[in-house]
Parts: sequence; structure tokens; C-alpha cells
Amino acid sequence: MQGIDLKTALTELIRRSSTSFGKEWEAAIRSASENEEQGTGARVALETILENIVLARESSAPLCQDTGFLNFFVDYPSGGKESVYTEAITKAVIEATEKQYLRPNAVDILTGKNSGNNTGVNAPIISFHQWDNDYIRIRFLQKGGGCENCSSQYKIPDTALGAGRDLNGVRKVVIDTAFKAQGQGCAPGVLGVAIGGDRASGMKLAKEQLFRKPGERSNDTALAELEQKLLKDINGLGIGPMGFGGKTTALEVFASTLHRHPATYYVSVAYACWAYRNGIMTIKGDEVTYA
Amino acid sequence: MLKLTTPISEQTVRDLRAGDRLSLSGRIVTARDSAHKLMVEKRPDFIRPYLKDSVIYHCGPVVAKNPDGTWRFVSAGPTTSSREEPYEADVIKEYQVRGVIGKGGMGDKTMEGLVKCGAVYLHAIGGAGALTAKCVKKVEDVLMLEELGSPEAFWIIEVENFPLVVTMDSTGNSLHKDVEKASSVKFKELIQQSK
Repeated sequence: MQGIDLKTALTELIRRSSTSFGKEWEAAIRSASENEEQGTGARVALETILENIVLARESSAPLCQDTGFLNFFVDYPSGGKESVYTEAITKAVIEATEKQYLRPNAVDILTGKNSGNNTGVNAPIISFHQWDNDYIRIRFLQKGGGCENCSSQYKIPDTALGAGRDLNGVRKVVIDTAFKAQGQGCAPGVLGVAIGGDRASGMKLAKEQLFRKPGERSNDTALAELEQKLLKDINGLGIGPMGFGGKTTALEVFASTLHRHPATYYVSVAYACWAYRNGIMTIKGDEVTYA
Repeated sequence: MLKLTTPISEQTVRDLRAGDRLSLSGRIVTARDSAHKLMVEKRPDFIRPYLKDSVIYHCGPVVAKNPDGTWRFVSAGPTTSSREEPYEADVIKEYQVRGVIGKGGMGDKTMEGLVKCGAVYLHAIGGAGALTAKCVKKVEDVLMLEELGSPEAFWIIEVENFPLVVTMDSTGNSLHKDVEKASSVKFKELIQQSK
């Protein structure tokens, strides 16, 4: 990648993600909108959302003013240096903030001071992974604070919900997350679910599910069935877009698993608003592609 | 659709009902987490003239500075209102606020404030940041920018035809409570299923 200005390529990744909403998700929202009754609050909300998607894309303005937690997942060939990526990502984030693709969202816990440029302790959030491929993949996820507040983690059995250590128990706690969120996480939401692992690895995997596309079912038959059942159940709650009531409370549920410790059984649910944004950049030789 | 312009009288607000759609124009003020904490703990006077008979907007905008030093909103949808639940009723009472714009609705304590003082909760469309910014015609001023940071500062803005839905009114009606109640019945049914 000698011929590539990594910072500039990353700034473009951020611009695309923040302002140009994924076409597949736009189509999913369009069909949800057509499914709601004419003139209802739910329908008006989804129509407004669609109008906003088009405007943001055309004007390169952030789709949502909460440009989120900035998560970068970097996969790079063995032997590479992490510092190359950390420096370029940090510079790109600062530039993207100056260009108003991002809102300054990094606040110091002890002083309460906003750093003003999205950098700080663990900001942006970068995860590194060395792999055996000869190319670089950087996945970028912008997850809003309002919907992050709706994410949750359960340890089952859960007496109050009557949830045991099986997929039906998992189903119950995931529905609980959607129910508790009501309209507060900007429904219709997308729920990334990870079953098992420890608390940290579970939540991270739950978040990574948010890179999946609408209709992309798990390869595992039991998980795929669970995803479909959950989507139907959650939409049966009737919470609707923005919590106005209606048929669309979730756009997708994506499930995944990790082996667990015999004593534990965690279910991690990453609740994403309809407007969670992401993008993937691949660098092969001197060629950069965005997806 | 009803058209309202700030300042708004108590009587006008008391006539609004949950479910009404309205289009809001005039001067309003953004305030979110730190601003609410400040207003309740310190009761500052500098914000008083801007809030009386006006509307608070729960919003942390993306803002750009123009070459002439003025400001422009780039993206400015609502933030989740429930975080202001501990503070909002006191803010409404202290500053005689007539409306609160946000998303997701608010709870019982805020509802008491709306009923007692004559105010409404107005729902905007969450995530519609670019579209909502187009309703912001002018940024008049910004207060506490240095102390609170851009998303949390008090932005004094002039809006034009900001489309909103009344979801909590001054007679105690809440669409949020209605939806929660109905969904809670469905939730209990779903939780009882054995597969």
C-alpha cells in the first residue's frame, strides 16, 4: 500500500459511512414503510426517514447528528505494524470532525471536557486482528449513543423472564431488550445478538453482527430459525417506528454464538437504531475499494 | 397541520392534544444532558429570557462555522429524552417552558410538570438529522460552548416549519404510555410461549 494515502482513504470511508446510508437498508426501510398503513405516525416516520436518507447522501451531510461511537475493526497481514493504522485512523477522525462528517463525541470522564476532535482514551475504538490474507480490511461502525443505551447483557437462567439455558430462553431475553427499548433507541432497530463467551467477547461479537446485510441469515439452521422467529415476535410487539405504534419495530435480528464456560450463559444484545452506519474498506496492493 | 410560532401562550398549549401534528417556527433553544443538570443545580439566569414561553430541543447538533464567523446547523435531529427525566419537570417550572422537543417520550415526573405548568412534549423523527437541519434557518447565539462542548451547549436557533407530533399533552395523555401498555400485553404473551 505504498502508493496509498491511508489517512485520505480512511477519511473517505468515514464520509461515505456517515452521509451515505446503505442501499440495502434503505430498501428494507422502504418496504417497511409500504407495509405500514397510510397516514399513520409509523408511515409518516418512515417516509421522513427515507427523505432524510436521500438528502444526507446528496448533500454529504451526516445522516444523523449523533455520528456515534467510532469503531474500527482492522484486519491486516501478519507482520504489519499497528501504529501505522492507529496514526492514520486518528488523523482521519480529526479531519472528518473538522469537515463536519463527524460530531465531536469524546468526553473525558473526570473533567467532563469534550476533546472536540473525537480522540481520547479509547477514542476512536480500534480492534486489531492479524490474518493470513495478503490484503487489508478495515470495517467501520458508527453506533449512536441513544441506541447503545438500549443494548443489554443477560445471564441466564433469568427468573423474572422465565428464561432457561436454551434458545427459547435466549429468545425471551432478546424480546425483553426490544420491549424495554420502546421507541428510545430510534426504532426500527437492528439487533446483533451473541450467545455465550465472556461478557467482553460476547458484546464485541454482538456488535460485529451489525456488519451483516438485511436477509443475511446465520449459516446454522437453529440460529437462522431463531433469527426469523425473533424478528416476527419483536415486530408483533407493535411498538413501531419511533415507538409510535406500528408493524415495524425491528428491521433485522442477527445471531451468533461463542463457546461458554459451564458456569455462565450470557446473551449480549447490541441494539442499533435504524440509522446505524457502517462501511468496509479493502486495500489490495495499491487499490482501495469501499463496500 | 397546526402552525405554531414561539413565544407560545399557556392557553395555546393547553388546547393541544396528543396526536396533533404541528409545524413549529420561531426561536427555540437546544439543551441536553449537561445543560439540564446545570439548569436544575445552578438555576442560571442567562438562559431565562430565551426559555420563557419557548421550547427546549433535546439535540446535540453537528455545527459548522461560516467564513464570516456565524454558525450553521449541518445535522440536527433529536436525542433520547428519557435521560432528562430527573430534571425536565423542574426546568419547565423554573423557566416557564411551553414545549419540549425530543424523541422516545418521557415519564411520569415530566408529565406532572406538563399538566401543572401547561406544556407539551413534541416528538421529532430520530435519525433525521440532515432533514431537520434544513428547518434551522438561523443560529442566533451559542451559550456555554467552551464549558459544555458543541453537542451539549445551549444553541439559540430560529426554526421554520419544524414538523412535530404532540405525544404528551397537558391533560395527562401520553401516546408513549399507550404504546407501552399495548406492547406489554403482547410481551407477556410472547414470554409465556414454550418455544
